[in-house]
Amino acid sequence: MRVTVRLFARLRDLAGTGELIREVPPHATARQVWDDLVLEWPGLREYEKTMSVAVNAEYARMTAEVHDGDEVAFMPPVSGGWAG
Amino acid sequence: MSVPQVAVTSERLDSEALVALVNANGDGAVVTFAGLVRDHNQGRQVQFLEYEAYEPLATRALQRIVDEAHELWPGARVAVHHRLGRLEIGEASIVIAAASAHRADAFAACRYTIERVKQIVPIWKREHFDGGDIWLEGATADPDDEAAREKAYRTACA
Repeated sequence: MRVTVRLFARLRDLAGTGELIREVPPHATARQVWDDLVLEWPGLREYEKTMSVAVNAEYARMTAEVHDGDEVAFMPPVSGGWAG
Repeated sequence: MSVPQVAVTSERLDSEALVALVNANGDGAVVTFAGLVRDHNQGRQVQFLEYEAYEPLATRALQRIVDEAHELWPGARVAVHHRLGRLEIGEASIVIAAASAHRADAFAACRYTIERVKQIVPIWKREHFDGGDIWLEGATADPDDEAAREKAYRTACA
């Protein structure tokens, strides 16, 4: 099955793309999708402890199972709002 | 055109529209907050900022925050818009309006909202400064982190 991966901000810069399609085995979790990305772009590992994940634009856990056609987003620490 | 209670947008922000939205019932107090792009940050001379978002989730996170604020201060109504794209020095990146019958609740709801935005809304800024650019990173976004929520509440009520 296939999922769409979205990467934002510095994660996108590290991977050189903000959106990609990945083949994943049945019952794969967000964790497996991430680990697969890290194999390809080891620089992403830096975000292992600090990134957030969303499945179909809802915050999720790394243990969440993904399904065919899902959109899985990985996000670095956020910096919206205002600096003060 | 009706003004949404929450939005992420590349349009210039309009705090008066938010005030009109939250103040529909003629409450006594409206607090507004506008976060503006500063010309300096951590010793760097800032040229401009670039904001990006995971838009559908950012909109949901903003809605969650105004719902949380309404739960904490039932008499308060909050609206918040966040801007995306390139922002010049002095432009507003975020505007918040909070209305209530009493000023304490309006101030608290407004403060709570900005604190929570910084915690859980998937928006990122890239700072372009004299000599380079850098992604700024703050909090790991976790809407279920009760300690973060409690911290925002304490700050709001300080």
